[in-house]
Amino acid sequence: MSNSTETESLPGQRLRERFPLLALLIERMLLSVLLLFAVSVLIFGGVEALPGDFASTYLGQSATPQAVANIRAELGLDRPLVTRYFEWLGGAVQGDFGTSWASRNSVSEQVGNRLGNSLFLAGFAAVIAVPLAVGLGMLSVHFRDRLPDKIINVISLAAISLPEFFIGYLLILYFAVNFGIATFPATVFEGMGLLERIKAIALPTATLVLVVLAHMMRMTRAAILSVMSSAYMETAELKGLSAWRAIVKHAAPNALAPIINVVALNLAYLVVGVVVVEVVFVYPGMGQYMVDAVTVRDMPVVQACGLIFAAVYIFLNMLADILAIVANPRLRHPR
Amino acid sequence: MRLRDISITAWIGMIGIALALICAVFAPLIAPYGETEVVGGVWQEADAQFFFGLDNLGRDILSRLIYGARTTLFVALAATVISFSLGILLSFIAAVSGGVIDTVFSRFNDLMMSIPTLIFALVVLAVLPQHLVVLILVMAILDSTRVYRLGRAVALDVAVMEFVEAARLRGEGTTWIIFREILPNTLSPLLAEFGLRFAFSILFLSTLSFLGLGIQPPTADWGGMVKENKDGIIFGISAALVPGSAIAALAVCVNLVVDWLLKRTSSLKGGRGDA
Repeated sequence: MSNSTETESLPGQRLRERFPLLALLIERMLLSVLLLFAVSVLIFGGVEALPGDFASTYLGQSATPQAVANIRAELGLDRPLVTRYFEWLGGAVQGDFGTSWASRNSVSEQVGNRLGNSLFLAGFAAVIAVPLAVGLGMLSVHFRDRLPDKIINVISLAAISLPEFFIGYLLILYFAVNFGIATFPATVFEGMGLLERIKAIALPTATLVLVVLAHMMRMTRAAILSVMSSAYMETAELKGLSAWRAIVKHAAPNALAPIINVVALNLAYLVVGVVVVEVVFVYPGMGQYMVDAVTVRDMPVVQACGLIFAAVYIFLNMLADILAIVANPRLRHPR
Repeated sequence: MRLRDISITAWIGMIGIALALICAVFAPLIAPYGETEVVGGVWQEADAQFFFGLDNLGRDILSRLIYGARTTLFVALAATVISFSLGILLSFIAAVSGGVIDTVFSRFNDLMMSIPTLIFALVVLAVLPQHLVVLILVMAILDSTRVYRLGRAVALDVAVMEFVEAARLRGEGTTWIIFREILPNTLSPLLAEFGLRFAFSILFLSTLSFLGLGIQPPTADWGGMVKENKDGIIFGISAALVPGSAIAALAVCVNLVVDWLLKRTSSLKGGRGDA
């Protein structure tokens, strides 16, 4: 990915000589911006290029050509693609995503309310899942090929194979219906106290945690194991360090970069997992908004949600790279 | 290789997959009732006659499960095969040709992968007509980006070997090098990847159907069955969990086989460990 700025101007070169780390980070951020721009072209242009006319879908089978032309003019679909794209992008950058075709409401208003809810849910899940996964991964390496490791391995393999909605409904059936200790559906509204809010999202959070925990743990385990098989770990063992000390003092610092990467990748995965979990728990977030819009083919909403999800995803991936570069000095000097 | 080298977990996985395949192939013979036949009351309890009870319209869940195996396996398998062929072909072309072709393919692949698969699928399915072929193609193309990434890495390892060089000097074309030199030497890791992609396809299809964007009713399919019966959960009716467990069980089985394949591959390479 580092070959993208071959034609760097003079100030860029000077910056790179004096602050190599800063230059590398700026380069990575510029790449993300470029990527996001390309994604926006893909989401807008690619979708327009696909077969299927919105206007005729919108009016149904019995549409007259005149009615189709009217609705196309009303929605602005009769203007050139490039013009519409730049108008859309210009609006999106300023936080204006146009109006929904289905409800005629402002998309940004809805997104504004729901994005916070989604991020709260995903963030809360991450706060629980990350330490748990890294801890379990280390535990699993410590007891490698013994009983605890094998149990963790089998359970995590099973957990990876479970669809999100299955875990969700299982939790609902046991904790909300049979025991009645949790609430379903997970309704949140403005002005709700923090404690109440956390209680309402307990089950969706648990589902998300279970979904990402296994992935994150297995990847953490693999990352630490690949460090463990290196020569300096053998030395540590031969000079008589205890296994735990070897892991904490020698393996962990070197495994930090891959683990950070794993965590960030799984946070990105969390963002997607949110979509299904929100539908299961009828949680008023971005995911549910998007799925509803897809069902009625409400394109402005779909494109806005798609762009926002992609932006969050790209941002988290960028964060992963940046943290990895900062944590691992070797990555600062690409060959 | 001998049969007793296969681990117990791999056997369990293979038996599970075989069971699902048998259900899929012989569905009309095995299923006690029709796919869309209404045989009793809504959400009737399970008894001797109806093994898993009845669903939200009074159809036999067991029968729909068996028919659903057919749809789910067929769509997932078709998508995996297409995605695999596409991903492998493009990645091998990129690895063998190198240069501009490699750069263009790989950058485009990076771009496709920078949008989460589910989100991408939602955006595309919002525009495209609802049709089985469209669904399979969308799943296949989105998944092929993952295959491409692995295929390219594996092929690059092989493409620098002497025998490939020898074939080039002999004057063989790109097609020969791809199919006769590289493919046979990368088959083992690719087979494991195929299993992994298949498990992912099953889960992905189920997710799409669950969201109402995959296979359309009244055709039985496991993800769709969860959606149809989800409202029963609030009343303590576990009808939605039956197809859900079927999806989970099948995915677990595939993963068990893949796990064993991967271990076997890594020991063939001289044991690079679990990583």
